[in-house]
Formats: sequence, C-alpha cells, structure tokens
Amino acid sequence: MSQAVISGGRPARKRRSARPGSLTIVSGLGLGVALVWFSLLVLIPLAMVVATSGEDGWEGFWGTLTNSQTLSAVRLTVVQAFLVTLLNVVMGTMIAWVLVRDRFPGKRILDVVIDIPFALPTIVAGLVLLSLYGPQSPLGVDVANTRISVFMALAFVTLPFIVRTVQPVLEELEADVEEASASLGANRLTTFRRIILPSLVPAIAAGAALSFARGISEYGSLVLLSGNLPNRTEVASVRVLTYIENGDAASAATVATLMLVVALFVIVALDLIQRRVARRG
Amino acid sequence: MASARLREPAGVRWTLRVITIAYVFLLVVWPVSLVVKYTFEDGLTALSTSLSDPAVTTALRLTALVAVTSVILNLVFGVGISLLLVRYEFPGKRILSALIDLPLSVSPVVVGLALLLVFNPRTGLFGPGLSAAGIEVIFASPGMIMATVFVALPLVIREVVPVLEEIGDEQEQASRSLGANAVQTFRRITLPSIKWAVVYGVVLSLARSLGEYGAVKVVSGNIVEQTQTATLVVESKYQGFEQSTAYATAFLLAAASVICIIVVSILRPKESS
Amino acid sequence: MSIEIKDINKKFGDFVALEDVSLNIPTGQLTALLGPSGGGKSTLLRIIAGLESTDEGTVHIEGVEATHLPPQKRNVGFVFQHYAAFKHMSVAKNVAFGLEIRKRSKAETKKRVEELLELVHLSQFSHRLPSQLSGGQRQRMALARALAVEPTVLLLDEPFGALDAKVRKELREWLRRLHDEVHVTTVFVTHDQEEALEVSDEIVVINEGRIEQIGSPDQLYDAPANDFVMSFLGPVTKLQNKLIRPHDIDVFTSGEVAGAVPGEVVRLLRVGFEVRLTVRPSGADTGHELAAPGDADEVTVILTRSHARELRLDVGSRVWLAPNRGATMVPVIRVVSSA
Repeated sequence: MSQAVISGGRPARKRRSARPGSLTIVSGLGLGVALVWFSLLVLIPLAMVVATSGEDGWEGFWGTLTNSQTLSAVRLTVVQAFLVTLLNVVMGTMIAWVLVRDRFPGKRILDVVIDIPFALPTIVAGLVLLSLYGPQSPLGVDVANTRISVFMALAFVTLPFIVRTVQPVLEELEADVEEASASLGANRLTTFRRIILPSLVPAIAAGAALSFARGISEYGSLVLLSGNLPNRTEVASVRVLTYIENGDAASAATVATLMLVVALFVIVALDLIQRRVARRG
Repeated sequence: MASARLREPAGVRWTLRVITIAYVFLLVVWPVSLVVKYTFEDGLTALSTSLSDPAVTTALRLTALVAVTSVILNLVFGVGISLLLVRYEFPGKRILSALIDLPLSVSPVVVGLALLLVFNPRTGLFGPGLSAAGIEVIFASPGMIMATVFVALPLVIREVVPVLEEIGDEQEQASRSLGANAVQTFRRITLPSIKWAVVYGVVLSLARSLGEYGAVKVVSGNIVEQTQTATLVVESKYQGFEQSTAYATAFLLAAASVICIIVVSILRPKESS
Repeated sequence: MSIEIKDINKKFGDFVALEDVSLNIPTGQLTALLGPSGGGKSTLLRIIAGLESTDEGTVHIEGVEATHLPPQKRNVGFVFQHYAAFKHMSVAKNVAFGLEIRKRSKAETKKRVEELLELVHLSQFSHRLPSQLSGGQRQRMALARALAVEPTVLLLDEPFGALDAKVRKELREWLRRLHDEVHVTTVFVTHDQEEALEVSDEIVVINEGRIEQIGSPDQLYDAPANDFVMSFLGPVTKLQNKLIRPHDIDVFTSGEVAGAVPGEVVRLLRVGFEVRLTVRPSGADTGHELAAPGDADEVTVILTRSHARELRLDVGSRVWLAPNRGATMVPVIRVVSSA
C-alpha cells in the first residue's frame, strides 16, 4: 500500500507481522462480497470508460485527442501539474523539515493548517483563493482567469501531499547516522545533502507522484477561479465535462481514459518505490 | 532526535521558518480567513439569509444524507477489506491493494463519467435494467452516494491497515485458542484494537464526503432543490451573483471540514518528539 | 596525555548525569568506561566526541582545548551501538565518506579504503549494501569507517551491545588485536565487566555520574576501592558484613578454626566443574546487625567439585566458613546483591 496522504497517517511499521492465513469460508464469502462491491463501484465503471473511448473506433479516439482545444487542455494540465509538483518537492520537504525538526509556538497550528487543502471541498478552495487573488483582492492581486490561477489552485490542493509522505520518514530518521556523519567531519549542509536527503528521496517521490496525479485530475477549485477559458485556462477535466454536457460520450471517455492511464502510472510508480525502499532496509 | 549540538545555524533555521510560514499563510491561512470575514461582514445576516433559502437548506440536508450514508458504507466495507488484506492471503491480493488507492488519483469528473456510463437509464450498462425495476441511480441520490463512496473509498482502509499490521494477530490467535469464534474475536478483540484508526478514517471520510463536488455534479444533473448538494449550491449561488449566500454556505462547509481535521488532530496522540 | 578531562559537570534537566568528573587517558591506550546503565559513561564519551556539550569543565585532546569545538573539528572516530551505517551507500562508500569530506584524491581514497577493508576482513563485501551484512560485519565496517580518517582518538559506544553473545566474544578479541596493530588511543563504553576485564589496558568505573575507581583490570579486581566496584566487577557475597568473592571462602567441616562462622548448607548446586553452596549462618556470632532470616544473610560459597566431594558436602551439612588467606574483603556501605 502506498504511503498515506492523510493528516498524519503513519505508514505501516511491521513489528509483529504474522503470516497471513489462507481464506476460511466466512472470510472467503467476505472477500466475494467485497470484490462484488469493488467491481460494481470502481472496476466496472472505470472499465466502461476505457471501453466507451473506443466507441468511435481508432479514428474517433485519435481525432479527439488531437483536437486542438483538447490538446491545449491536456498540455496545460500536464505542464501545470508538473510545475506545481516541482514547487511542492521543494516546499513540501521544507515544510516537513520545519514541522519535524523545529520548535516554535504555534507549530501545532501549522501542522493542522497543512491538512486544510486536503479536507476542504474543492469548490470552496476555489472560492477561498478567489477572495485573495481575484477581482476583490485586498492585496490588489487579481489572477482570476489567468494561467497563474491554475497554478495557484493546483498548488493549494496539492500542498499536503509531499509534506505528509516526508514527515513520518523524517521523524523515524536515526539520530546516530547524522552524528556519525558529523564525527567524520561533515558540516550540516553536507550531512543534509549526502545522508539525510537520499533517505528522503523515496518519500518525496511518493508524494510527488500523488501530487502530480491530483494536479492532473483537479476540477472543483478551477471552476470559479480560472474561468475555464478554452485554449487558455481550460484543463483536461473541464474538457471531459464539456463533452459530457454535449452528449459526446466517446470523446469524454477518450480524454478520461488518458487521465486514467496517468493515474495508473502513478499507482505503479508508488508500488515500485515502496518495494525498493523495503529492499534497502 | 540527533544531539542538540548538531543543529543548523540559527540563520538557516529562521529562514526556513519564515519561508514556510509565509508560504502557508499566503496560500492557505489568509484566503480562508477572508471567506470567514466575508461571511460575517454583516454580522449573521449572510448566514441567516442562506439558512432560510430553501435551495440551501435542501442542499444541506441532501449533503448530510449522502455524506453519512457514504461514510457508513465505507466504514463497513473499509474495515472488512482491511481485515482481508492484512489477515488473509489470496490470489490478486497485491493488485487489489494497489487498486484501492486508485480513487485518490482519479479525477472526480472521470468518476462521474464512469458511473454515468454504467448507470445511465437510457444507454448505460445496467441503467436501463435498473430503471425498469424502478431504481433511479443517475440524477438521484443513489448515484450521488455511489460517487461519494468512490472518492472516499481508500480513507478508512489506509488508516486501519497499518494499525492491523502493527498489532499483529497474536491477540486474535490467543482469543481463538480460548474458544472464541470469529465474530466474538472480531467484536471483543479486533474492533477495540483498531478503534482509533476507525475513528480517524470515519472523520476523514466524513470531511471528504461532505466536500465532494466534481463527481456529484456529473452524476446528479445539478438540479436545483432536488439533486444539488451544498457544494453545488455554492457554485450556483456564486454564478447567480448571490455572493453572500455562496460565501455563507462555503463557510459552513469549510467549518465542517476544519472541525473534522481538528478533531482528528486532537485525538491522535502526538508521536513526534 | 591524549585526552584530559577536567571537572566535567552535566545535567539533563534535574538529572545529574556527570558530577565533577576528571580523567586523563594516556596516548595509545585502550581504556574502558565501565558502569551500570544510566551511570553517565555514554554521556562522558559523547562529551569527548563533541556530540554533547558540558555545563562546566574542559576537554583537551592532544593538548588542544576541544571543549567548544563541534564534532566535525575534533578528528575523533566514533562507533555507535547500532552501527549508524549509511544505508543508501555501499560498504566502500561508507568507509570512504570521511576521506571524501576531506577532499582527498580519488586514488588516495580508493587505496585507503582497500587497506581498511582488508584490515577488517570485509574486502569481498565492498560493493554490498549494509542491509546485506550481518550485525558483526556492519560493526566492522563502522570501525573501518571511523579509522579511515586517522582519528586522534577512537571512541566506541557499547559497540557490541547489539550483537549475539558469540559474535560479541569474537569481536571483543578482534578489537584487542586491532588495537595492538593500530595503536590509536581508544576509549570504549560498556556495562559488561567481563568485556572490560578482557579487552582493556585500563578501566574507569563510573557510577551515578561519578568515577568510582581507575586502574588496570587486575588492580580493580584484586584491590577494589569500594563495595560498588567489587560487586560490579565480579561475583560477591557477604561474610561478617564484608564483601568477599565466593571462591575466596574456605569451608571447614569442624569448628576448630578460630573466628570461623558456623552455618548449615541449605542449597547445593552443581554448575559444570563448580559447586555453589548456599550457607545459612547460625548463632549470634555472625557479625550482622539485623538477625532477620532471609537471603541477605545467606552466604554463597564456590568450590571445585573435587573439593566439595572431599568434604562430603550435602544439603544439611554443618560447615564453618572463614575467608581465605589473602582474600580481598571490602566493608559493605551500600546495598549490594550477592552473586
């Protein structure tokens, strides 16, 4: 299971990991029910999306993807999600560091505030950002309906991801390794660069994958803030919605399938990272 | 924590602190506080106007219904699936475990589309059949509940699984050896030991369920006073130039989600030094 | 003098970790800081390394005042109980770390790493990750890593504490041989008296933040300064309110020896070639203040099997106990547990 992105959800530390048993009748039944539930709710609907994307054949599929408006939307989405992820790699690590290593009054409040973007309804997030960065901004900063607003909305909703994956790892870091590094002559920066950072890389990567996936799929916070202007501030999920509202199921499904493929990549990446970390011990 | 002797120079520490706090302040704290400010600009009039607007009250009721139902469903299935994943071995377990995280990475609009394609009463996979039996899924509560369950699916599981793994099954084995059957063991031994993880999962699911927007929008048809949840009302009020009602409703939703995370934060024992 | 410690005082909140500790450690010597857990020995070691600051007092290393120097500048090698291996680096890179920090040339680093890996017998593991090594191998790597930069002083904090008993014994001997080869001033912390007695040139016994005694293993064992040192370094029992080694007690089967304490054997245990007797003294002439019956009054005596057989000892036998001629005896001041 990939690292939790929940407020302070701790990753599993296998202490007394018992060998899982084989299925009994009761649990076998339970598994059956759970699988039916999961299929009905998740697997079948998602499979339908992929199937429907092929409704108009290969030409329809390709035609949708190369439609100029769709292409702009996809490009905008990918680029912005990527840039935001880069920002989060730096800021997320920094915030996690401050939360774990520093001590000052009000730090606990900071810890709770970090989770607000995760818990807040996305439409409210859009409204929230609009208040400070829209037409009535007390700061005089109005980025509504611009590309920057897309960047900001994504930065808002993806804030907690890297913080929450890095935090537990930082907390678990053995103190003696840093002391060993110091006793061997390394200053703090070198110790951070060569000893601490490498052990954070898997956690950062996991958080980055989640941040990117969320960025690609974001919708609610952009509705009010970015104006969804075609070829300017329209993201992939808005394209899908437009196709749905126009009754074009196949095209909607096509773009949706593209987004699902990205999501799948992220899941696979997370799983691989998990296993590499487990190997390194 | 490493020896106190090994701290960064004070200058570095302060710089990091300032940058972090400034970033979070400008991105989260100030914007959120502005919503609070706008809501209470004219005292309680914004709130009272909204709460007397039938569109809003219907929406709030609908949100509550959908959210609570979704949380209950996710609780039951979440705990069940967690137990299966941790205590049992079966083919495809790793794939299932990886797929559980899928809802976190899928766009809500895609979720809505997926459910639409399956349960659409005219052209969906199961839609026509269900419709003939009188069960409306799309443009009705069941669809909205399903969408909400989908997006919050992993939350209970991701809280419960680590705890189940960490405590191990020795206590359960002991219980069995003393003669308790599966249900008794579950009720008396397993459930109490995952009590807190379940609470966290439920509260977080609740926050997520109250706040779902995109998926519900697609699935519900966004019909005023019928299938509009609170989040959808925020949008329609804002687009309809009823700003203060929009802000007031947004405030209520924000307050609910913030209370949820504060509750979890208080309940969760402090694990850092 | 390699390390000069003067008047060190250290508190953690209200807890006094070290009180007026002064100590001189000669160059090239292998010194053990021995004492019970929580006694302050690790704290002292870490103060020498610069990983802990001291409230009062000074530390000089090779004549240079080091009290306020950060650990990076002290040129001390430190080996940790749980190895502190850099998990993401290979064994070779771990060992090379200190040299790379000092910007030595690649060729020089490579040569030195090879030398050290040979010294610790880990040459064939140079490309492995620490997670692929056993505990003992990881500790040997940690040692190589610390020695790579030719430290002035080598400090080891319970280096074998995390290892199995057998590996511990092996590495103990190995450390001694290494020291004989390399001759760097070495200080190591342990709570295992056998380890200290076996390996070190000199032992510093530290208890409750204070130095109890400093001396060679023989000195400490044969001439302990007080009851704590005596009971910590070997088995003890109480006879006539003095501490004495159980094998330093003579057993007689008749009362002709003047001053011998009469008693009855209440338990007889054969452990290998030893026989352990528990003798309950009888009569007023026991020298104890309180005549309450209990374990504290019972004397443990250790004899060889053949001797016990000669005396025909069994449970219930009447015996007389007297200290051996030349036995070390120390008056009891503090509460002590018998062997």
